[in-house]
Amino acid sequence: MTAVREGRTAGSGATYRFTLNGEPREVSVPGMRRLLDVLREDLGLTGTKEGCGEGECGACSVILDGMVVDSCLVPICQVDGSDVRTVEGLSDAETAALNPLQTAFLEHGGAQCGICTPGMLMAAQVYLDDGGDADEDHVREAIAGNLCRCTGYTKIIDAIEAAVLARDAGSSSQSSGGRPSSDESSGGKAARDDTP
Amino acid sequence: MNTEPPVVSPATLSEAYSIMASGGYRPLAGGTDLMVQLEADIAEPPTAVLDLWRLDKLRRVSTDGYDVSIGALTTFAEVRRSPVISARLPALAEAAATIGAAQIQNRATIGGNVCNASPAGDSLPVLLAVDATFDLGSVEGVRTVPAREFWTGYRQTVLRPDELLVQIRFPVDRSRRTRYRKVGTRAAQAISKVVLALSYRDDAGTWRDVRVALGSVAATTVRARQTEAILEGERPVASIAAAAAAALAVELSPIDDVRSTAEYRRSVSARVLHRLLREEGGW
Repeated sequence: MTAVREGRTAGSGATYRFTLNGEPREVSVPGMRRLLDVLREDLGLTGTKEGCGEGECGACSVILDGMVVDSCLVPICQVDGSDVRTVEGLSDAETAALNPLQTAFLEHGGAQCGICTPGMLMAAQVYLDDGGDADEDHVREAIAGNLCRCTGYTKIIDAIEAAVLARDAGSSSQSSGGRPSSDESSGGKAARDDTP
Repeated sequence: MNTEPPVVSPATLSEAYSIMASGGYRPLAGGTDLMVQLEADIAEPPTAVLDLWRLDKLRRVSTDGYDVSIGALTTFAEVRRSPVISARLPALAEAAATIGAAQIQNRATIGGNVCNASPAGDSLPVLLAVDATFDLGSVEGVRTVPAREFWTGYRQTVLRPDELLVQIRFPVDRSRRTRYRKVGTRAAQAISKVVLALSYRDDAGTWRDVRVALGSVAATTVRARQTEAILEGERPVASIAAAAAAALAVELSPIDDVRSTAEYRRSVSARVLHRLLREEGGW
């Protein structure tokens, strides 16, 4: 597993393999390159936005092994063997139909300028996937790491609560495009045991 | 794009020790501090990085009934979820919950918080207040350093360039109670203005081995020894609480900076301590 991975010079990195929105991908880049830059620059997936670049704003949020992370703070060397979901992976791969969370954002006016929206969606998607409820305080905590400079939080929270209710009503959650990796989200990295 | 120094990702701790012994490597855990430093160009970038993320054996919380051991790579999300921490030191779970938000807690590690050695490290006052010890490993073996001796100055520690923090331990003591309070601009994502941990052993109502530890009020996380002395051997009655709060305001010498003022920090620290003492005293 050990390899000295040269950095800085383009193309001189090691090869990193991971699953991106359900598809296997590999990139040969410097290991300290930010996951954000790999997504946007090397793979051309510009749905993920850069806001602050220092973990304050959450605009670059993606789902890594089932957990929401700031992709500006994750070097690609730590993504090897992992499962990554970006905003491009929320809609149905075949039909491009929006998933219920995206639909709820549209219906409730959960997007204004749109810069925070991909990150908000990814934080909210994890919350939905983890069984989060419609309690406003819980929803607020789930998106506490995501800043909306338009300050449109009320409608964002409304949208997430509506998506929770839709999920619980058992409506279109099965046809949402789903989580390709939901059964293996604890895999990728070794199990995190917590021995009492 | 940020600076991209070369990086090595060893699969075992002994490999990691060997690489650290060769010199020039900066350890990388969850990246929530180092990646920001690389992006912001605020310091000379490291010539090379040692990525610890694969060392899963350093990612666990356990207890043998005498000590609680927390692997250095345990994330704050894992600290929050840990039944051992909830049972033995809920104040640490509370501290973990105030650090950043979900995105940060899913990556930031307790070992990184300790080694980054920021005076605003939110878990550090809790560790200092419960007499935690840090196991520092290298090719030469493991040495144990008490938290009270670990931070030597602003972002300075006793870690040698070839050493890695591998484990944090604190003693299990059912008679000890620990409280935590953070004051920041908002509930999430805030760098603290003041962070305080209060810990004591309850000896039939009398307080023993009292610890008052604070962050963001000095160059390192500090203990307020004069304030501790006032509380030692006492009960948290109103007169003692008032004396302790007054002593704390005198004992601290915080600075003005972008997040707060010295005067605010001094008076808020005293108020926070007073509030905790009142809650513990039930009055």
